[in-house]
Amino acid sequence: MISTQLPALQVVIPLLAGPTCLLLHHSRLSWGLATSASWVALFISLALLDQVLATGPISYELGGWAAPWGIEYRIDEINAFVLLIISGISAITISFARASIEHEVHNKQVYLVYTGWMLCLSGLLGIAITGDVFNVFVFLEISSLSSYLLISLSRDRRALTAAFRYLVMGTIGATFILIGIALLYMMTGTLNMSDLAARIPSVSDTRTVKIAFAFLTAGIGLKAAMFPMHFWLPNAYAYAPSAISALFAGTATKVAIYLLLRFFFTIFGVEFSFETMKLDRILLPLALAGIFVASTVAIFQTDIKRMLGYSSIAQIGYMVLGVSLVSVTGVTAAILHLFNHALMKTALFVALGCVFFRVGSVTRGDLAGIGYAMPWTMGAFVLGGLSLVGIPLTVGFISKWYLIVAALEQQMWWLAGLVLISSLLALVYVWRVIEIAYFGTPGDRSTEIKEAPATLLIPTWILITANIYFGVDTSLTVGVAERAAQALLGNVS
Amino acid sequence: MSISLIPPGVWLILGALLLPAVPRRFHALPLIGLPLLTLWLVWTLPNGTSPVLQVFQYELVPVRSDALGRLFGIIFALMAVAGGLFSLRQKSTLELIAAAIYAGSAVCVALAGDLITLFVFWEMMAIASTTVLISSNEERAVRAGMRYFMVHIFGGSLLLAGIVAHIVNTGSLAIEGLNAGTIGGGLILAGVLLNAAAPPLSAWLPDAYPEASYSGMVTLSAFTTKAAVYVLIRAFPGTEILIFIGLFMIFYGIIYALLENDMRRILAYSIVNQVGFMVTGAGIGTEMALNGAASHAFTHIIYKALLLMSAGSVLYQTGKRKCTDLGGLFQSMPVTMICGVIGALSISSFPWTSGFVSKSMISQAAADEYLMMVWFLLMAASAGVFLHAGIKFPWFVFFQKDSGLRPPDPPWHMQVAMIFFASLCIALGIWPEPLYALLPNPVEYVPYTVPHVVNMLQLLLFSGLAFFLLLPMMKRSLTITLDGDWFYRKMGPWAAERVTEFMTATYRRFEAGWRLRIEGFLALLTRYAGPHSVAARTPESSYMVLFVVAVLGLFLLLPLFVW
Repeated sequence: MISTQLPALQVVIPLLAGPTCLLLHHSRLSWGLATSASWVALFISLALLDQVLATGPISYELGGWAAPWGIEYRIDEINAFVLLIISGISAITISFARASIEHEVHNKQVYLVYTGWMLCLSGLLGIAITGDVFNVFVFLEISSLSSYLLISLSRDRRALTAAFRYLVMGTIGATFILIGIALLYMMTGTLNMSDLAARIPSVSDTRTVKIAFAFLTAGIGLKAAMFPMHFWLPNAYAYAPSAISALFAGTATKVAIYLLLRFFFTIFGVEFSFETMKLDRILLPLALAGIFVASTVAIFQTDIKRMLGYSSIAQIGYMVLGVSLVSVTGVTAAILHLFNHALMKTALFVALGCVFFRVGSVTRGDLAGIGYAMPWTMGAFVLGGLSLVGIPLTVGFISKWYLIVAALEQQMWWLAGLVLISSLLALVYVWRVIEIAYFGTPGDRSTEIKEAPATLLIPTWILITANIYFGVDTSLTVGVAERAAQALLGNVS
Repeated sequence: MSISLIPPGVWLILGALLLPAVPRRFHALPLIGLPLLTLWLVWTLPNGTSPVLQVFQYELVPVRSDALGRLFGIIFALMAVAGGLFSLRQKSTLELIAAAIYAGSAVCVALAGDLITLFVFWEMMAIASTTVLISSNEERAVRAGMRYFMVHIFGGSLLLAGIVAHIVNTGSLAIEGLNAGTIGGGLILAGVLLNAAAPPLSAWLPDAYPEASYSGMVTLSAFTTKAAVYVLIRAFPGTEILIFIGLFMIFYGIIYALLENDMRRILAYSIVNQVGFMVTGAGIGTEMALNGAASHAFTHIIYKALLLMSAGSVLYQTGKRKCTDLGGLFQSMPVTMICGVIGALSISSFPWTSGFVSKSMISQAAADEYLMMVWFLLMAASAGVFLHAGIKFPWFVFFQKDSGLRPPDPPWHMQVAMIFFASLCIALGIWPEPLYALLPNPVEYVPYTVPHVVNMLQLLLFSGLAFFLLLPMMKRSLTITLDGDWFYRKMGPWAAERVTEFMTATYRRFEAGWRLRIEGFLALLTRYAGPHSVAARTPESSYMVLFVVAVLGLFLLLPLFVW
């Protein structure tokens, strides 16, 4: 039955589509292939989520080798949800990508984008789906290497240094993770996540395990662009092709956050992570510092893509904040924000992609008055921005709500206050774009600027609609996030 | 008839979104038809609640219909009808859409059956009203719009924090019976008061509203503050602090309105002043006081919109807004003048106008509760209202010196809107019974007794006399101190003058101090977070690695030291 093979197909289809794109060596054809592969991946992840919600976690033995020897793919609520986020964002942005990529990448290299895209997608999906920590590392490298490629393909030459810096940092992060995994393997003799979870408690007072924990946290934190290890992110997002920025904004850091959750809660367990290692006492201040520093920096940015990059760092702070509260509601808020932030930030980047397509720049000055030249694009940007601020009826509000509930459950008034104040900072930087786009004095070229073509606008508005839809009907997102949080925290109690 | 899950205001909101698809010459249809539909839907709502809507773990009640909610729903919808009629010629379709969404959300707020639904529409009001404000698309309006939006999102945040805290602590979503003493209730009260333009943030209102277009301000005047009054009546009746806040607002409004030269800023301050009466009423909290506050909100929306329509017509016809540039317009704009005067009489609660039948209930309630000081201040304030809004506005705009301007009356639909509201002002003043029947509590109050009427007339006559005695001085110079000086001579000359001076000076100093401080803070921010700051620069890879190592060290070391 094909349905029992879905976990493998989830990864294998994009993994095979990657090299095929390379062989096709044709921009339109490889786009077509990559897009279909991406949509198939989306349907597979929907089927998987459906299955998990109906019958509980799925365990899949790759190649028929049983768990301790072979690689196990293990899908429960949280990674089924993450799979959905990744494949969904990829499917929408790749549908958007054709015109945008052709505009921003040298013609001869367009097929390489889709090759890299597919490899990156399979890497990200692999990280999320696998139940084996070494496998995590392998997929991490696949996704990282392909993302260096994707960033450097931009016509903007600054992308090269940005990609190189990202490579240096990414490699350090991956090395840290590898060191952590190796130390764990040394102590427990296993790489399987559930086996690790079972064996770590007996060796948890050894220094080796503690050091493994520190290396893993720092390494994954780096990949997640957790403050203050975020420096690689703004330039990488700013100079990558628009569609690539949109893809990364919705997926790459999200997977890293998922890994954090997986390691903290499933593998090491709440007791070790938060009582022995006092993780929450580090994460909470770092998260808050990240939120405020990055939001403030975002206000002053002139390059809007870079501004959104800083905003992403701040938003990651909210997720880390949710985790650091170590409660079901807190983790629910973090997981919800994974999904919600993917929706809003991708929508914003995609809208900026439309702007770049027509204007050829996304710096503040060049955006003067384009609200009237590109009403649909900027309308989408405004709605996405409102979602970022957390206005009711958008997904941002749902995240904010749960985060505040989580803070108040623990009587942390000041924290709820800080979260609310920080959303005002988001309002300021979003407003600065709105102000220039609608009330700036248009430049000389503004008369030539037309609305973006429908092939770009339709995916943009699908994302915006999703921002509003999931802001109103939260049964899927909140339901899954809550179950996932309970499953993660339930491991101890 | 069962109540549908969809609040009546939603039809107005959704309908407004279709406006761009309607050709301009058919705009009248949706602009008046949709509010009329909403009005009819609200009017015919029976008492009761809609089915419960399960949204995450909360049970929402999108529509809850009772006398108080319907009263506000009706006046909001009625306002949307007249506002739509008045703004038919508004060129900015964006403003028209935003205005309709604004009104629709206000109707939804009045009928919301739980705190979350209330909050959602509350925030929609904030966004829509900001859009109304900035769609006049002038530099000043956009700047003011940003400030306005920040203040309201801040207020919304207070409200949100309060609502969450309230739910976490009590598990209840009901709007009724909040306790301002608890943290949740206190935050909710703060958020709501901010929208009512209560101190210390009253300034957002006169700062923002006068920057809107001629029709935009008419719309803006009606909803935000009155929705806040509604929540105060509903959730915090009898909260004592509201009496003092309300009294402060009343006098704040009067003093600043007397100092003001811009006709629409005068009226903006007077909104704060009038909302002060309602807040006081909510604070007194007896059945009659609440009736008074609710009915005063009802009549106030009508006459304030009427005043702003006449000011808007003047602005539309002349493009001028300063009292010193205007005057003598009665010769060429008789309809606008008469309607403006009717509005002015109503706001001064002249007998046989709508203001009389509503405001007097609040002061009567104060008297019934033996709140002598409150009663006295309310009476004194009535005289103040007559001075700043009742006489100052019409006198300087329509009479006074001849400015030489001879603009005709505004287009027909603006006149119709004004005449409609002017007749309502008079009709409600003469036959208050239909209004009283709509009020949440049974009314035993009889407005037209000899003492009431005589009292009021005396008060108005004497303050009117004061104004005209003082006119020669005003003519010489329109500065602040002169008119204040002469007026206060009657009631403790020296003290009043010092108070005015002190307030002005403190405000100036406060403003100057904060401006410096804010500028300093911004410079600091630019230095540390600006485009060229350490935080925003991309450091060399080696520095990035340094940070990573530092974090690693943190994770390694902290567990050793922290227990």
